[in-house]
Amino acid sequence: MLDGLNAVDLARAQFAFTMSFHIIFPAFSIGLASYLAVLEALWLWTGREVFINLFHYWLKIFAIAFGMGVVSGVVMSYQFGTNWSAFSDKTGPVIGPLMAYEVLTAFFLEAGFLGVMLFGLKKVGPRLHFLATLMVAIGTLFSAFWILSANSWMQTPTGYAINAAGQFVAADWWKVIFNPSFPYRLVHMVLAAYLTTAFVVGAVGAFHLLRDSRREGARVMFSMAMWMATIVAPIQIIAGDQHGLNTLEHQPTKIMAMEGHFDSHPNGAPLILFGLPDMEAGKTKYAIEIPKLGSLILKHSLDAPLAGLDTVPRENWPPVPITFWSFRIMVGLGFLMMGLGLLSLWMRWRGRLYDSRLLHGFAMAMGPAGFIAVLAGWITTETGRQPFTVYGLLRTIDSASPLAAPAVASSLIAFVIVYFLLFTAGVVYILRLMAEPPHHGEEGPRGDTPSHAAGITPASGATMTQGRSAT
Amino acid sequence: MIGTIDIPLIWAFIIAFSVFVYVVMDGFDLGLGILFPLFPKKADRDVMMNSVAPVWDGNETWLVLGGGGLFAAFPLAYAVLMPALYTPMIAMLIGLVFRGVAFEFRWRSQRERNRWDTAFFGGSLLAALAQGIALGAILQGVHVEGRAYAGGWWDWLTPFSILTGVALIAGYCLLGATWLVMKTTGDLREKAYHLSWWLLFAMLGAIGTVSLATPFLDAEYARRWFAWPNILLTAPVPVAVAAVTALLLRSLANRQDYRPFFLALALFALSYAGLGISMYPYIVPRSITIWQAAAPHSSQVFMLVGVAVLVPIILAYTAWAYWVFRGKVDPESGYH
Repeated sequence: MLDGLNAVDLARAQFAFTMSFHIIFPAFSIGLASYLAVLEALWLWTGREVFINLFHYWLKIFAIAFGMGVVSGVVMSYQFGTNWSAFSDKTGPVIGPLMAYEVLTAFFLEAGFLGVMLFGLKKVGPRLHFLATLMVAIGTLFSAFWILSANSWMQTPTGYAINAAGQFVAADWWKVIFNPSFPYRLVHMVLAAYLTTAFVVGAVGAFHLLRDSRREGARVMFSMAMWMATIVAPIQIIAGDQHGLNTLEHQPTKIMAMEGHFDSHPNGAPLILFGLPDMEAGKTKYAIEIPKLGSLILKHSLDAPLAGLDTVPRENWPPVPITFWSFRIMVGLGFLMMGLGLLSLWMRWRGRLYDSRLLHGFAMAMGPAGFIAVLAGWITTETGRQPFTVYGLLRTIDSASPLAAPAVASSLIAFVIVYFLLFTAGVVYILRLMAEPPHHGEEGPRGDTPSHAAGITPASGATMTQGRSAT
Repeated sequence: MIGTIDIPLIWAFIIAFSVFVYVVMDGFDLGLGILFPLFPKKADRDVMMNSVAPVWDGNETWLVLGGGGLFAAFPLAYAVLMPALYTPMIAMLIGLVFRGVAFEFRWRSQRERNRWDTAFFGGSLLAALAQGIALGAILQGVHVEGRAYAGGWWDWLTPFSILTGVALIAGYCLLGATWLVMKTTGDLREKAYHLSWWLLFAMLGAIGTVSLATPFLDAEYARRWFAWPNILLTAPVPVAVAAVTALLLRSLANRQDYRPFFLALALFALSYAGLGISMYPYIVPRSITIWQAAAPHSSQVFMLVGVAVLVPIILAYTAWAYWVFRGKVDPESGYH
C-alpha cells in the first residue's frame, strides 16, 4: 500500500526533523545550566564581580535557549501519540512511566525554579537564588537520565514481558531502567552536552579576545572553556569507545553499518577510513582501509573474526551510508575537539592563552562543533538501529499511527515553516547577545528597563573587588 | 475490584487533576495573551507579560504531565485520542510554540517587539481554541476499531467542537482578566475590571450553551444528568454555578482585587466536575473505559509511588515560586 508507506516515511521525517531541532537546545542548556551554577558558586565563594557578570551574561542566553527547548520538547511529548500511536499503545506501559518520572523529577524542578533563577535574585537573595540555579541544573541532568533510559531501552530492551494485548510490560523495573546500553549512553550524552557548551563559551570568549585581549570576562570564560576542552574531550573519546564496544555486544548490526563492513572477516577486519557504502551492491566502494585495525579497535586483537552485514537478512539492514557518514563526522569532530584542547594547553603553558590569534581563530571555528557532533551522533545511533523502534522486537513500519499521508505531510510542512522561522529568530537574538562582550554591571534577562541590579553583592562578599571591571 | 485498591481509578483522578491544574494555571496565561490586542500600550503589555513570565513554564509542565501521564497510565487512550485529535493537537502545539518563544523574544528586539506580541496573542488564541475543540471532539466520541482510531482526520470538526472551542476561549479570557485585576494597579486594573464583567457573562453563556448541547450528543449524557435519582447528584452543580456567579459579581462590584480570580477558578472547577460526571467511567467516551485503557498494574503502581512522593514536593516549590513573585507587579521595573 503506497499511501501507508508514505505516511510512515513522512512521520519518520517529522520525528527526525522535530527531534533534531529539539536536541540542539537541551544539548546546550544541560551544559549551560551546570556552567551557570559553577559561575554563581564562584561568585558566592570569591565575591569577584566578573563571575556575576558572566552569570548574567550567559543567563540571558540560557533564557532563550531554554525556552526554545521547552516549547520544542512539549511537541515531542505529544508526537508519540499523534504520529506513533501503535508504538505508544505497545510500549506505553514501559516507556511511559520513564517519561512520567522525567516530568515529575526533572521538568517540574527546572520549571519551578527557573522563574526565580531568571528574575528572582533581588527578591530572594544570593543564597536562595543559588539554590534555584542548582535545582535547574540538577533538573536538566535528571531529565537526561530518564529520557536516555527510555531511549536506551528502545535500543537494548531488557526486563520486559509481552502481555495478551501485545503490549510490552515491565517484569523488572530495575532492568528496564538500567538496561545494558543506558550507562554508556548517559555518560556519552552528558559529556557531549558539557563539551557543546564549552565550545560555545570558548568561541564567544575567543571572539571577544580577538578584539581586545585584556577583557577580563572574556579571559575567564575562555580559560574555563579551554580547561573543559582539554580535560573532557579525551574522556569523551574513551567514553565513546566504550559505548561502541557495548553497541558491538548488543547491536552488532549498527556497528557493521557504522564501519561499512558488508563482508565478514574471519581473520581480522580492516578499519575503513573512508569509502562509499553501496547497499545494493552490498559493498563499500573505493574504501581506504587499514588492515586489521577494525578488529584491533573493536575486539582488541588483530586477527579476531568480525561478522559483516552478509550475516544479517537484508530486511534488517539499517540505512548504511547515513550511519557510516554521520559516525565519521562525529568522530572527526571529537578528535578536532581534543586537538583544540591540547593546543590550548600548549598555549597556556607558554603564556599565550589570551593573545594567540591562531588559538582564538581555531576556537571560534569550533564554536558549533558540539552541536554538529551531537546531531551526527544521534543520527548514527538512531539510523543504525533501524528498521526497528524497539530493537529486534517492534518494526518502525508497525509503530506508526493510522493516518493518511496528507495529514502527516501538512503537519510536517507546518513544523518546518514554524521551526525555521523561530529558529532563525532565536539564533539571531542569541548571536546578538554574544556579539556584546560581558561588561561591568551586567544585567539579567530583563535588561531593557532601568534597573538597580548592579548593587547586589553575595552574602559572603568580603572580597568584592569593584575595581575589577569586566572590560 | 473488590477488596483491593482500584489503581486505574486513582490514575484517572491523577490525570484529571493534572489536566485541571493545567487548565487553571495555563488558562490565565493564555487568556492574558488573548486579551493582548485590547491593551495596545507597551507599558501595559510589559506588566502583563511580567506578571506571568516567572511561572508560565511551570504552568505548561502540567500539560506535559497530563499528556505524559496519559501515555504512561492509559496508553490505549493516548494511542486512540492523539490520532483522533491530530489537527487540533498539532495546532495547539504550534500555538504554544509561538506563545512560548514570545516570552523571551519580545525583550530582545525593540524593532520586532510588535511581531512577537502578535505571536503571543495568536499563539495563545490558537492554543486555547484547539484545546477547546479537542475537549468537544472527545465529548462527542471518536470512532474506534480494535485498539486504534478508525475515523477520518476531519472528524473532530463539528459545530459542537467549535462551540466548546469558543467557550474555552471565553473562560480563559475571564481567568486572564481577573488575574490582571489581582496582579496590576491603576488604569490597567480598571480596564481589567471592566473586561471581567463582560467576560463573566460570555463565560456563563458558554457554559450554558455547552451544557444544553451536551445531552443532545448522546442519550446517555441526558440520562446521566436528568434521570432520577441521578439528578439528586447532578442538580447541585448548576446551583453551585449560580452561587459562585453571584459571589463573583459582588466581588467585582466591591472591587476586591483578589477574590474574582479565585471565584473564576471555582467556576472552572464546577464546569470541570460537570465534564467528569458526563464522561465517567469512560476515558474515550462510549468506546473505552478507564479500566480497559489502563496500563498493566506494575506500570501504574511504579508510577503511583513517584506521584505520591513527588507531587506534594512539586506543589510545595511551585507554591514557593508563586509566593516569591506575589503581589502587584511594579510597573516601574522590568524586574519583578
